[in-house]
Amino acid sequence: MIDVIVIGAGPAGANAALDAAGYGLKVLLIDEGRDAGGQVWRPKSTSIKKAPKTGAIVQGDTLRQKVRNSSIEVRFETRVWHIETDESENWLLALVGPEKEYTVKSKTLIIATGAYERVIPVPGWTMPGVFGLAGATALLKENMIVPGRRTIVAGNGPLLFFVASEVIRLGGRVSAVVSLNGLWDWVKALPAMLMRPILLLQGIKWILSLYLKRIPVYWRHGVKSVEGKEKVEGTSLTRVDKDWRPVPGPEIYIHGEALCYGHGLSPAIEATRLAGASHHFDPTLGGWVPTVDQYGRTSQSGLYVCGDNAGILGVGAAPIRGAMAAKAAYEDLSGNTGKEINKVIKKRAEIFGRAMTALSIPRAGLLDFIENETEICRCEGISRAEIYQEIKFGARSPNAVKSNTRCGMGPCGGRYCSETVALMASDFTGKTREEIGLPTARPPLRPVVMGEITDDLDYDDLPIPGVSPL
Amino acid sequence: MNIIFDIAIIGGGIMGCGTALRVAEGGMSAIILEQGDIGQGASGVNAGTLSMQIKRVKLMPYAIKGHEMWEEMGDAVGFKKTGGYTLAFNDREAELLHERMTQKKQAGANIKFVSSEKVATAEPHLSKKIVAASYCPDDGYANSSLTGQYYRRKIDEKGIGLIEKFPVTYIRSTSEGWEIRSGDRSVVAHRILLAAGGWTKKIAEMMDVELPIRARVNTVSVTERAPKLMSGVIGHATGLLTMKQKENGTVLIGGGWQGKGLPEQGRGNVSIESLMPNLQLAQFALPELSNTRIVRSWTGFEANVPDFYPLAGKLPNKDNAYILGCVRGGYTIGPYISKLMGDYILGREPEMPLFDPARKIEEGRLI
Ligand SMILES: Cc1cc2nc3c(=O)[nH]c(=O)nc-3n(C[C@H](O)[C@H](O)[C@H](O)COP(=O)(O)OP(=O)(O)OC[C@H]3O[C@@H](n4cnc5c(N)ncnc54)[C@H](O)[C@@H]3O)c2cc1C
Repeated sequence: MIDVIVIGAGPAGANAALDAAGYGLKVLLIDEGRDAGGQVWRPKSTSIKKAPKTGAIVQGDTLRQKVRNSSIEVRFETRVWHIETDESENWLLALVGPEKEYTVKSKTLIIATGAYERVIPVPGWTMPGVFGLAGATALLKENMIVPGRRTIVAGNGPLLFFVASEVIRLGGRVSAVVSLNGLWDWVKALPAMLMRPILLLQGIKWILSLYLKRIPVYWRHGVKSVEGKEKVEGTSLTRVDKDWRPVPGPEIYIHGEALCYGHGLSPAIEATRLAGASHHFDPTLGGWVPTVDQYGRTSQSGLYVCGDNAGILGVGAAPIRGAMAAKAAYEDLSGNTGKEINKVIKKRAEIFGRAMTALSIPRAGLLDFIENETEICRCEGISRAEIYQEIKFGARSPNAVKSNTRCGMGPCGGRYCSETVALMASDFTGKTREEIGLPTARPPLRPVVMGEITDDLDYDDLPIPGVSPL
Repeated sequence: MNIIFDIAIIGGGIMGCGTALRVAEGGMSAIILEQGDIGQGASGVNAGTLSMQIKRVKLMPYAIKGHEMWEEMGDAVGFKKTGGYTLAFNDREAELLHERMTQKKQAGANIKFVSSEKVATAEPHLSKKIVAASYCPDDGYANSSLTGQYYRRKIDEKGIGLIEKFPVTYIRSTSEGWEIRSGDRSVVAHRILLAAGGWTKKIAEMMDVELPIRARVNTVSVTERAPKLMSGVIGHATGLLTMKQKENGTVLIGGGWQGKGLPEQGRGNVSIESLMPNLQLAQFALPELSNTRIVRSWTGFEANVPDFYPLAGKLPNKDNAYILGCVRGGYTIGPYISKLMGDYILGREPEMPLFDPARKIEEGRLI
């Protein structure tokens, strides 16, 4: 029997797996990617033969090497689509991948599924040429391609400046950076940023490089609409107040063929929710997060978390969070004491990470940018007006809005729209996000092709439970 | 000062909402108390099959009436009359099909037996391994997700009281009537109706009434939008498969496969062990489904008693207290049986007999 399954081979999960293997545990590491590294240390596309050795590449390559040299069993290009426990309290996972191994069991489970992009809609946001900020970083990292001839970078938080500087580094042109945060927001975050002086310097370097290239940075501005006939041709901007409500002022129009646009990261909590852990809402951790002790033990026995899915603290904290989860799993399994962990590094990373995340948390004013016809749910094509009508009529929970409108019933599983719906419900009712709640977690974690998750049926093997009274 | 309602209804599913509409029409002041949102229990997550071929013989007259009511509700609930086939893939199933459908036909359902060639022409995407089939032109479906929306509007129209996020935790009888509490909030009413679906046993216990109610944990799955694969609702002789393709192209797959969990623990969980054969059977019956993605699987609680007949009538040994639930095929039958229940509470003679909860309940035979 496997001692520990780790889902997610980013810096947090891969390090958790390495430490767990180091304790002598039998470990299985699963990731949907081609190799370890996750979003931040993403391996380059195999078609790219030569690339400059950036820090991320070196760190990623080192991690991948360590995993290869360890006793960890790996399943790449494999997705977990359901999580449950069996009658002896072991974890039972359903898989889809090249191995045709449909289920696997373990004594403990570490979930390190990271984070995904949060985007609050504006008119025109579904036009070709609009990329999420995080999606753009993936494109830049994996394929070394810039999104368009001239790129507009807009949204909030630190990712804006990273994306803009990467576009420039790869030889692209940035026509403007549009930040909902004011300079003052950043100044207030300075003390926390001093916890990680190197990252602070790096940030300053990014911003300076923009000023040196005379790229306009619009502080406390937001994208009012994305303009273009068939694809992005530009965006109009507006100033915002401290709640990020648009305020009247001169119209600003920026030309550009690509818009990188986003509002920070959301912890990817579908897996921990499916596994039955308790969650709570903490804006400085990025929203809903599993409720854990300092090592990442969840409310479910034998279930641990590490990395951004346990709260957005970034890559700085990830390896230590991985080590802590592995230690907890090892101690709970064996009764022995795991190795000492330097919690100071985690503490500093946490102060820094929370400050950065607080810059990205959407504020209520963003709802004012959305027009009645603006699409909220892309999969099902549901507009703000349709959702608003249901909320007004009394559907106040994410489940009720979903049932009534189909918002969130498409292939993305509500990943992209549920945040906006919850913000709308909270704004309308005056209730907290905690009171508004989350939609019920259901499998599959991502859509799965039916023929890939089961063998063909041997008809005589069909279990026929007598269930039908005449 | 407390308002005293004529009736408090615990549970905002089809049974509770349907009864509320009827008693309100009859002039009673009613209030629905719902632990979550209305129409999010079994009534909002079921497979939505309105099929005569899967109804119990004795419940057929009720199902036929219920079906007529769904048809009247029409677009607001996503009603579609498509006709439907029930399939048998081996001799044992063919025999079962014959025995069951013959009896259902005698009970009034418009069912006929059809050749596998006929099925192949009408539903060309189905497996060619069919050995026997039956057809009912009245079969169809409605969209259970819209149950909450539908009843919310009706309740509003009729001025019926509704309190959501009101999990009933305590009930007692006072000189003024029934006092029903949720935490420190309370509602008083002259009469009480228990219509809390899979949770009804617990509510009855609050009133010191023991009922042999159990809950099944039924699984349903839905696919992404797919090209046209079927035009009617598809069933299986054993009842272990139901399928229908909605107008938007998504395919709903059910069949009563059992998930895990108890009503008091939440909304239940999908079990890989039962979901897999459910999906295998679906692909066996319709091979092209193998290339289609499942977007979501979920469960809901369906209450029953050992004889699988409804509890519909007076709560045993209590005055001014009623119960309605445990109706097999309750989505189809719900609108009608709740109307009968409303009439009973109003003191009128129901058009068809109800099912006395005080009867001797014996273990039913399963096939
Ligand atoms: C997955 C599934 C598939 C099905 N498929 C079909 C089908 O295809 N065709 C068909 O005809 N039938 C089907 N059924 C059966 C049908 O859905 C049910 O018979 C019917 O919906 C039951 O209605 P109800 O009002 O009794 O229960 P519910 O809809 O469950 O309503 C009970 C309500 O009581 C509330 N409640 C519980 N406890 C409390 C409390 N303490 N305080 C306040 N409120 C409380 C609940 O929140 C809930 O809203 C299916 C059932 C399931 C579960």
